[in-house]
Amino acid sequence: MNRRVLPYLLSLPALIVCIGIIVPFVIAIYYSMQRYNLALPYLRGFIWFGNYQSLFTSSEFWKTVTVSLLYTVFTVGIELFLGLGTALLLRRPTTFNNIAAILLLLPLMTAPAIASLMWKLMTNPGFGILSYLISLVGITNFKWASSPTTALFTVILVDIWVYTPFIMVLLIAGLRALPRQPFEAAELDGVPRTFVFFRITLPMLMPYIITAVLFRLIDSIQQFDIIYAMTQGGPGDSTLVFQVAAYLEFFQYTNVGRSAAILMVLWVITYVLSLVFVKNWRRLRERAHGAV
Amino acid sequence: MYEKERRLIEAFVGGRMSRRELFAGLGKLGVGAVAARYLLNDAVTSAMAADFDWMKHKGTHLKLLLNKHPYADAMIADIEAFKKLTGMDISYDIFPEDVYFDKVTAALSSKSSQYDCLMTGAYQTWQYGPAGWLVDLNEYINSDNTSSGWDKKDILPNLLASDSWSGKPGDALGGEGAKQWCLPWAFEQYCISYNKRIFDSLKLTPPQHMEDLIEAAVKITKSDNNAYGIGVRGSRSWATIHPGFLSGYVSYGASDFVMKDGHLKAAMNSPEAKKFTELWVKMIQEAGPKNWATYTWYQVGNDLGAGASGMIYDADILGFFQNNGDTKEKGNIGFHDFIANPEAKAPKSNVWIWSLAMSNFSKQKDAAWYFLQWATSKEHDLFGAIKGDMVDPARQSVWDNDDFKSRMGKNKGYLEQFEKTSPGAKIYFTPQPLFFNVTTDWAAALQRMVAKQVPVDEGLDQLADSINKQMEQAGL
Repeated sequence: MNRRVLPYLLSLPALIVCIGIIVPFVIAIYYSMQRYNLALPYLRGFIWFGNYQSLFTSSEFWKTVTVSLLYTVFTVGIELFLGLGTALLLRRPTTFNNIAAILLLLPLMTAPAIASLMWKLMTNPGFGILSYLISLVGITNFKWASSPTTALFTVILVDIWVYTPFIMVLLIAGLRALPRQPFEAAELDGVPRTFVFFRITLPMLMPYIITAVLFRLIDSIQQFDIIYAMTQGGPGDSTLVFQVAAYLEFFQYTNVGRSAAILMVLWVITYVLSLVFVKNWRRLRERAHGAV
Repeated sequence: MYEKERRLIEAFVGGRMSRRELFAGLGKLGVGAVAARYLLNDAVTSAMAADFDWMKHKGTHLKLLLNKHPYADAMIADIEAFKKLTGMDISYDIFPEDVYFDKVTAALSSKSSQYDCLMTGAYQTWQYGPAGWLVDLNEYINSDNTSSGWDKKDILPNLLASDSWSGKPGDALGGEGAKQWCLPWAFEQYCISYNKRIFDSLKLTPPQHMEDLIEAAVKITKSDNNAYGIGVRGSRSWATIHPGFLSGYVSYGASDFVMKDGHLKAAMNSPEAKKFTELWVKMIQEAGPKNWATYTWYQVGNDLGAGASGMIYDADILGFFQNNGDTKEKGNIGFHDFIANPEAKAPKSNVWIWSLAMSNFSKQKDAAWYFLQWATSKEHDLFGAIKGDMVDPARQSVWDNDDFKSRMGKNKGYLEQFEKTSPGAKIYFTPQPLFFNVTTDWAAALQRMVAKQVPVDEGLDQLADSINKQMEQAGL
């Protein structure tokens, strides 16, 4: 084969994948700059940043931004805390720990929409087991996903139940892969456990933590299935996150332009967050390697 | 076939004998029930084929997009009759309602020719029609491609009109220049379906108007019946607005929009609207389900069937399914017409009409029209109403049928509420393409009011402002 052609042929699959990703993305940008409602075809036209302007001047949109960020911060934060705690408990590869780790992975194997339906039943104020359990400690008439004041808390709870094992399993793998020498040296020197945790374990584990958080962050800010299955964004707008808002705009309101604009804003936020995390991940990895 | 059996079946097909009389007669001649049904279907098919070339598109394959619903089940049960009548083959994809309309939007917006016909509601056609996704069926109804037996005048006029619209926001349904986007198949209207056992135990009578309803519902909630008073839908969706809520709302003289200077203006904050909404919110707060904000058709129905609610203000057919299905309260459900406003003289009910439409991207539209006229025919509507659960049918002839009346008469008050409610039953929404934006926002506003996040008065003012802004942005 011609040596000049071969490199192009070898890079062709990557090129095709790139085109497959970039073309829909460019189309979405193009749509986001149009007044494009499928039910109003005669009004279709290019309006440049009109959809974005309309979003940024709408209080409902800023509510969506706030709810999405709150959801992301709380889910990722709590999942990290619980996932790290569980991983530390299960770090030693004993038979019990291995079985426990597998059992704790079960929620992650449940489809989020199914998990939502299960939680919907468990939190039913009439007959739900969780409603019953909290009534035993004197909390009655707690409305879970049915009240605007508690709905966000409820969907966050479901997310935590489903995704904490994801962080746990990554961090167990990270903990078990850490070199043993620094810990043995610290033990010989009689270094206090808290010092070992904060000055040795945590810095060395940080690249793993950042990786887990990055994955969860990207996933969490784009959450759809749990929230849509539980509340459809309600009550009121209390759980209306980006993806649900964009989905409703397209599938129910047939407003392609506005839906695309919402998704573009989401993309920018996700991109910026990812960039920050990836930069930190590189820095921390270098530091962790240096520490070794 | 023997002469006597043939004569009996001909008498039935000709409308001179009821189905019950026919089966009794065939029984006397020693024909079993299964054989009788076979003979009957055969005779009906032959009668339909007598004056019209149903075989014109023989060999064509049609594909349908269906929602999982008793009406679709009834059609599927009779689909062999269509195949035999036309020589066409037919297949279908069926989806649960939660995702059905998303599937329709995806299929039609991509201009896919995969489906020839689909189930829809009138509200959806306010998007699909102007978008150019559906065929105006007027061109078929008035053509030679329509069997003389397909009697347009037999379809309940309010329903036929509700399924047609000019596409101009604010124009009346069924008005001048209206396009027939779909054909009514069967529908639902809204009444009180109540648990007779609970009502008897508390010596209650079915409520007559809103204040009466709230009083009865509160009594049920406070009683030791382990049930709350009134079930209504509450999820953040258009489906929360269109049943009982809108029926009561229009009874109070309120409307969703008014026309001002040639533009539609939101009227959810009119004095009438505020008065009714105050009562509605109070009703849910004092006697509704605790997790009302997540309630859809399914929860409302299931609670009634399980004895968890004392009554519902929702679709009459929802009560029917609970009264005749495998439920705890089977046989305990009664029905009553409802005039929300004590000053009104007759009930007003919004309607939901399951209808059939033809995709504009179908490559075999003539054949698809054959399916549509069969599926909306008197014969199939009667089959669905008697053999299936296709209640409430869209044809007057079925409502006049003795067998159907006898079947429905076993449900206390069902026929009476139907007769009183149906004259005022139609779509009361103003047709406009932002229907789903408006009604979803409306439902979200109700959720905030019920949760006491915002007073009714203020919530409705905010809602009207927000909707006016959206209408303006959409150029309406």
